[in-house]
Amino acid sequence: MNEKGGSLLIAEFDAKFPYDYSAGRFASYFFKKLKEEKKIMGIGCPKCLRVFVPPRPACGYCFVRNTNWVDLGDEGTLWGYTIVQFPFLDPLTGVERPIPYGYGFIELKGASTRLQHFVTASDLNKLRIGMRMKAVFREERQGNLADILYFKAIEE
Amino acid sequence: MADRVGIVGIYQTKYEPRKIFDSYPELVFEASSKVLEEAGLTIEDMDQVVTNSQDFWDGRTISNRTVSEACGSVLRAESKVAMDGSFAVFYAAMRILSGCYDSCLLVSHCKMSEGSPHLINNAMFDPLYQRILGFDELSTCALQAKRYLYKYNVTEEQCAKVSVKNLKNGRLNPYPHRAMKVTVDQVMRSTKLADPIKELDAYPGTDGACAMVLANEDKARKWAPNPVWISGMASRLDSFYLGDRDLAEVASLELAARKAYQMAGIINPRKEIDLVELSDFYSYQELLWLEGMGFCRRGEGGKIVDKGITELDGELPVNASGGILSGNPVTVAGVVRVAEAALQLMGKAGEHQVEGAKKALAQGHCGPCGQGQCVIILERGV
Amino acid sequence: MARRSKRNVAIVATGQTDHRSKRPDVNIVEMINEAVRRCLADANMTMEEVDAVVIGNMEHFEGIFFTEMWSVDGAGSFLKHGMKITTGGTTGSSLAQAGYYHVASGLFDTVMTIGWEKQSEGETTAGLIFQADPLWERATMSGAIGSFAASATTYMDKYGISEEQAARVAVKNRKNAMNNPHAHLKMDLTVEQVLKSKMLAYPIKMLDMCPTSDGACAMIFASEAKAKKTCQNPAWVIAGVTRHDQPFSTDLEMLMNLRTLRSATEEAYKIAGIKEPLRDLDVVELYEPCTFAELSWYGAANFCDPAEAGKLMDSGATQMDGELPVNPSGGVLSTNCIGATAMIRVAEAAIQVMGKGGKRQVPNVKQAMATGFGGSWWSDVMILSKTP
Repeated sequence: MNEKGGSLLIAEFDAKFPYDYSAGRFASYFFKKLKEEKKIMGIGCPKCLRVFVPPRPACGYCFVRNTNWVDLGDEGTLWGYTIVQFPFLDPLTGVERPIPYGYGFIELKGASTRLQHFVTASDLNKLRIGMRMKAVFREERQGNLADILYFKAIEE
Repeated sequence: MADRVGIVGIYQTKYEPRKIFDSYPELVFEASSKVLEEAGLTIEDMDQVVTNSQDFWDGRTISNRTVSEACGSVLRAESKVAMDGSFAVFYAAMRILSGCYDSCLLVSHCKMSEGSPHLINNAMFDPLYQRILGFDELSTCALQAKRYLYKYNVTEEQCAKVSVKNLKNGRLNPYPHRAMKVTVDQVMRSTKLADPIKELDAYPGTDGACAMVLANEDKARKWAPNPVWISGMASRLDSFYLGDRDLAEVASLELAARKAYQMAGIINPRKEIDLVELSDFYSYQELLWLEGMGFCRRGEGGKIVDKGITELDGELPVNASGGILSGNPVTVAGVVRVAEAALQLMGKAGEHQVEGAKKALAQGHCGPCGQGQCVIILERGV
Repeated sequence: MARRSKRNVAIVATGQTDHRSKRPDVNIVEMINEAVRRCLADANMTMEEVDAVVIGNMEHFEGIFFTEMWSVDGAGSFLKHGMKITTGGTTGSSLAQAGYYHVASGLFDTVMTIGWEKQSEGETTAGLIFQADPLWERATMSGAIGSFAASATTYMDKYGISEEQAARVAVKNRKNAMNNPHAHLKMDLTVEQVLKSKMLAYPIKMLDMCPTSDGACAMIFASEAKAKKTCQNPAWVIAGVTRHDQPFSTDLEMLMNLRTLRSATEEAYKIAGIKEPLRDLDVVELYEPCTFAELSWYGAANFCDPAEAGKLMDSGATQMDGELPVNPSGGVLSTNCIGATAMIRVAEAAIQVMGKGGKRQVPNVKQAMATGFGGSWWSDVMILSKTP
């Protein structure tokens, strides 16, 4: 209700904001390796020897350029996880993701930082911190993070 | 001013239409690491970082998150000024004047090539009253140009002379990408974008970054034997709705300039300032801002350029760097003005050096039709 | 690093709108103006006396680019110095620090800082998508809740924190909010109700998480001379510290150790001469985006050993009648208008020092702390005191 007793107007607006993001040299190399060789690469600081994934130009601690590419393999440990119960819009498809799904942070061998991705097991409720996880790749890869479908628990 | 802030390091990346190989972290790391390297400093010498970018241009909400490591802010204080870079320089200096920090690494970035300038600039306008008109920066500046030319009898040819001068000066500067030798006639005949602004009257889309190291008096003297000092700085915002003000008038610039002159102890800017780096996104702006800052009377801007007073070898060189017209990204442009002015005072402006420059003025603006204005005055050897 | 300013600066007034999930009765500029007017009234000042206005929000959430230019009429920045500072969740505290630096620089006497957000008017999902890194985060993004939840599982695993202990935070804060006329969610809950609320992403349930609110907050920072002249009980700024970090949540331990908060509070305590925060501080407004965060950050802020945060909660030390009340305002769990939220922490801490807390006033407050959180797990810390 507005001051004069009438109804309040809502103006609806749609705006498109398209962007062409430059992936840069480091990300481009990472995605090339991911797409062509199913390899997950980390990049290391020549000074402190930390290895970062996702790759990035600078070590935040030493403030020098990262130079050493490291093959992190495709297995890691589940550092933290959650089971998401509310539907999130998938920005790549424009459609809500089916729930529930697992989402977690994976510590790949040799990396000082973790990778975030979908996580799953034979039963989502079996997910536990410390589980060994393995990357499951898409057959047709395009050179983006969705080339990895998810990390699946290695269950004995 | 009682205590002073000095500029002890400057770095500019090359300004290019599309820096396709550089992600934002790569662009910012180049600027941040190189400015320290050239100043002989390390990131540990920096108490804080001030970043300068716009979320809408980057297509990233919290655009400083993207460049966190690259700007040196891991476990360090950092804040982002989301305005034209001149305001970021002002804020960085203020943080040092507060006494809380001795030094500051300032880094500004923008890649105009990644988004749609028309849509991004349309978003600066009010959704209810203005956006539907398709306003963007170019069209509204054209409105301002039209009004200014009409009210003060400035001609399109006089504006074209600004383009000729700045694009010519830009050829002596290794950084910008659109410097060229053109005649008034060629400017006048270039593609009309929005009457009266033609292609060579307007700045080109540009990607790039600019970084600066600032410090308090003690540290500045330690790091650079004869630093450039910020002697005056001020800013003012005008009203937002274009119809609320006469676009040919520059109230916010007049007030900001007056305050900056007062702080710097400048009584006759025309005589006391050796060079000006102002924000010429469009050629008419050079004349309008010169008038607003009191370098000549209202309406005399055109005459100044007719007489060659603002040429590189003139009485008051304006935009010896080639200005934004030669190719600087929006947002970064304000920092570049301060950077170029400082380089002049340091004697490091290479082929576009103005001899014996001791006092310089840098001006930036932000918002529709120069709504927000910021004036920074530098001096050296004082 | 940072030190205390060379000139004394005080907060002399605050103003907030009454935060709600939707404010359809005002447009954004009117909403900002509401907070501004309340702040001026609190200060007993007119807009003419304000030299500068520093404002911010999360631009993408409402889809307005130059918010500092657009809001000039409502914010009162016409023909004044004005700036826009936007740093995500810490926007409000970045703005508060900006107010502090503006005055401390000696260039301004009276500076107004304004934080605001009207999320009901924007497309939050789009804002969140733009927040996520297009290469590394968008494909798998599950919002802030996803990151908090994933981190909460490690936190619980490492320190044996229980969901009950976290739930107690929600009960405390939403009950405290009932004393705060501005708070959005005022609820008298039981732990049971929190535990039974809808599971969003294990272990974070609906009532563990902060809301989104429409609202604005304004504050006035003044020079010593101005503060002494116009304000009976100013809140003097003793320390303002910021820490940023690496860009990805996966780079950090997040809830197990918010190292930016640890580092920032360490420095702030040093500047303020605080040796034992639990004893030396009288009240804290801690930015807690979720219940687990508040617990974890008792440890990061050194109120206790990180492993003892659950026990500290259980002991009642952070309740209104405890040794160190945390979030008498109701905290972020009760009100979250992003651009304002971190500023509300500073404003509420100032309100406590100024003795204007009404029903939520903690008795005998001499020293208060306000924290801000946001971005890639950045922290802002401000310490306020009754004496300069």
